[in-house]
Amino acid sequence: MAHDTTLSDAHAEHEHHELPTVFGFWVYLMTDCIIFGSLFAVFAVLRNQYAGGPTGKELFEISGLALETALLLISSITYGFGMIAAHKGQIKSVQMWLAVTFLLGLGFVFLEVREFAHMIADGAGPDRSAFLSAFFTLVSTHGLHVSCGLIWLVVMIIQLSGVSAINERMMNKLTMLSLFWHFLDIVWICVFTYVYLASMI
Amino acid sequence: MSNDHSAAHGGSSHGNATSYIIGFVLAVILTAAAFIVVMGHSLSPSATLMAITVLAAIQVVVHLIFFLHMSTTAEQAWDNKVFLFTLGFVAIFFVGTMFIMDNTAAHMMSR
Repeated sequence: MAHDTTLSDAHAEHEHHELPTVFGFWVYLMTDCIIFGSLFAVFAVLRNQYAGGPTGKELFEISGLALETALLLISSITYGFGMIAAHKGQIKSVQMWLAVTFLLGLGFVFLEVREFAHMIADGAGPDRSAFLSAFFTLVSTHGLHVSCGLIWLVVMIIQLSGVSAINERMMNKLTMLSLFWHFLDIVWICVFTYVYLASMI
Repeated sequence: MSNDHSAAHGGSSHGNATSYIIGFVLAVILTAAAFIVVMGHSLSPSATLMAITVLAAIQVVVHLIFFLHMSTTAEQAWDNKVFLFTLGFVAIFFVGTMFIMDNTAAHMMSR
């Protein structure tokens, strides 16, 4: 396996193939896709099992949802600008865009945690009904992924401060984080549509 | 310049500022449309659900193309194969789960 990289590098001179590390990360994302798919299936099955507890319509606030969605969507394009800067080799600019992305992501996680705290304080925690168990499992799995993305962003900002040029290895890391971050935004599209908006109809 | 760079890396395609901005504007329009459809209450519940489903599906495709830079180029052939396999896999178990659990619920009169 260790030789794969060199083999592929030699190969890449003939035809353009994606780097194996990035492809491997893509395969990981697809397995993540299966995790979220199964959690969505669980939610779809249990979405009406309120056990006499509160419904989504009573719990969810559209203003908070809109703000969370906006933060995550804007963080996607700021990461995109970071990638553009990375391809131009502007390290300071990359760090700045990653920091902006980090703050937006942190805002998202903060709003989500606050929403959860309010719900649990109001007696609508994951133990209240099957609907709420499924809701908390699905939405917090996404939130946990975003939190991991935040840690990764900090690590990248620190690693970038120690280099004078962005080499291929560093670019791979940035590309994989890009895939990860944009993938989480896609999962969020499904969450705000099927979990929140569909409950508010 | 950016073409040279990607050729040197022999690697994944990446977007430029224009493509990111186009994707972002489309995403904002689609997201806002979904919120407006739900908040407006102008459609029937089933039509609303259908509308936001279509909007979400379009937005997922927009994100895949403009943010994850998926394309049908030869260099991405394997990514696309894995993606399609995953899509089929998730579709089968999602639809299968819904079918079986609906059937079970109907037989057990639990809803």
